[in-house]
Amino acid sequence: MSTFVADTVNVMTRELKPVWREPMAVVFAMIQPLVFLGLFAPLLPEMAGGGSALQWFVPGIVAMTALMGASFTGSNLMEEMQSGSHERQLVSPLGRPALLVGRALKEVVPMLMQVAIIVAVVTPFSFDLHLGGVLAAAFVLSIFSIGVGALSFALALASKGEDWMFWTVQQTLLFPTLLTAGVLLPVDGAPRWLEVVSKLNPMTYVVDAVRALFAGTFPVEVVAQGVAGAGGVAALGLWVGVRAMRRSS
Amino acid sequence: MGSYRRAMTYHHEHTGPAIVTRGLTRHFTSRKQTVEAVQGLDLEIGQGELVAFLGPNGAGKSTTLRMLTTLITPTSGTAYVAGHDVVTGQRDVRRAIGFVGQGNGAGHRQLGRDELISQGRAHGLSRADARRRAAELVEDLDLTEVADRKVSSLSGGQRRRLDIAMGLVHLPRVLFLDEPSTGLDPQNRANLQDLIRRLHAESGSTVVLTTHYLEEADALAGRVIVVDHGRVIADDTAARLKSGLGDLVRLGFGSFADASRAATRLERVPDARVEVEGSSLDLRVLDGSAMVGELLADLAADGVPPTRVEVARPTLDDVFLDLTGRSLRETQSTDTATDTDVPTETESEVAA
Repeated sequence: MSTFVADTVNVMTRELKPVWREPMAVVFAMIQPLVFLGLFAPLLPEMAGGGSALQWFVPGIVAMTALMGASFTGSNLMEEMQSGSHERQLVSPLGRPALLVGRALKEVVPMLMQVAIIVAVVTPFSFDLHLGGVLAAAFVLSIFSIGVGALSFALALASKGEDWMFWTVQQTLLFPTLLTAGVLLPVDGAPRWLEVVSKLNPMTYVVDAVRALFAGTFPVEVVAQGVAGAGGVAALGLWVGVRAMRRSS
Repeated sequence: MGSYRRAMTYHHEHTGPAIVTRGLTRHFTSRKQTVEAVQGLDLEIGQGELVAFLGPNGAGKSTTLRMLTTLITPTSGTAYVAGHDVVTGQRDVRRAIGFVGQGNGAGHRQLGRDELISQGRAHGLSRADARRRAAELVEDLDLTEVADRKVSSLSGGQRRRLDIAMGLVHLPRVLFLDEPSTGLDPQNRANLQDLIRRLHAESGSTVVLTTHYLEEADALAGRVIVVDHGRVIADDTAARLKSGLGDLVRLGFGSFADASRAATRLERVPDARVEVEGSSLDLRVLDGSAMVGELLADLAADGVPPTRVEVARPTLDDVFLDLTGRSLRETQSTDTATDTDVPTETESEVAA
């Protein structure tokens, strides 16, 4: 095993310890998407083709959960920057890229747990479970989570321990990203400018792919665009994140 | 701490000094102002020494430590730690050193034991070795009760011991402690000093710490490096730094006239400094405590017997006062007030 891989595994293992020790924290972290699910779903009209509203809405909530969880995660690094724990790791022989990549990879685990919980909650209702599609969607979302997580860590490093800076940027970006990706409402028939913003938002393609896969379909072009969107976010996130981590020492 | 030493070996054997710096300098730029935090430091610290950097806040102690531990890069000059250059050999330096910073090394959401194991893994121990080493340290540093609790629930003293345990996981050749006793109550501070002394004696590692507590430098370190305004102003054993100053013999008299008369007489004591203030007289002289009996007898014979006698051994504060004209205690209180004008050493880490 190369040093980078070993270091990355070590960082990821450490980051996952609190997740295993306190799995309930993963549930608490998804209260907001669950509230959206409970309050919005009953308001949705029946779909044109007679499909259930949940079938359309749930994949969006799953994508939202992934975005929220991963975008919040920088606050954990921020806490470690403030407490001195990050500094201690910077003096350890762990490689700087591994300190970032290991953290970002860890984001996949709570995200998968949350997807499992949402699917388990909605399956007894008017939601058709297509297991293969859900698993494929979880793969796309994993790539997306790694990217968003890396961006969140980069933001934490750039905020230099200033909480307000982190939260202001994170909150400012979070809701526009969600809304223009068509998570809560379809963007079809939106004004031209909104349509353009939506097309520029990589999460739009992720959400479209996840919806198609959750429905048990596999339109190659849509799925490929979803993977490309998630992959783009991951590439950007890791590049920016590793740069930020290298500079932090 | 005995059994692991056979199981583990150091990554690099190296016989030269533990730390060598040449012209080590660090500037910080903040609001277009350049602050010379450390200026041309030339140091040599041998293997196995226990050294304290003593100085007021902002003197450059922590900046020096941060350069030696690879957290920040020098503006100019060189530094070698355990034989490795702190700029070109960062990873080798990190492998060889332990670092206990001013904050908490252990993550607050983690369990203490988990952090010890993770730290061991980061230093390349196998899973089994890391677990064994964590167990040894938990026992050795008296953490048995709290090792399996969340770090955030530990008291200040317990966290500090855990942080030190983290710094010792890989048997570092050089252990750095940045203001280790800051924020601890006197009881915990005394315990910590005992612990550091014991670890140093048992491991034979080089230990370098910073402190602004005179008593701590005095009690702990074999060698005290006094730093002020980014420069070394004295470097010796605490005993020798103080011995140059002499003891303070303070005598009280019935009147100013008596004190003055005594002063004239005492000025004949070789190498003594005499000052009179009101009816009180200060005599600073080498080995003054051994002379007191003779002095009193002499003054009584002259008809001016003192009414009050105090003898004080010199402190490191006297040393600092003698070197800089300022008391270290005063400097501390004024420095905290002006600290905002200067980039603090923690801030600069992020900037760098």
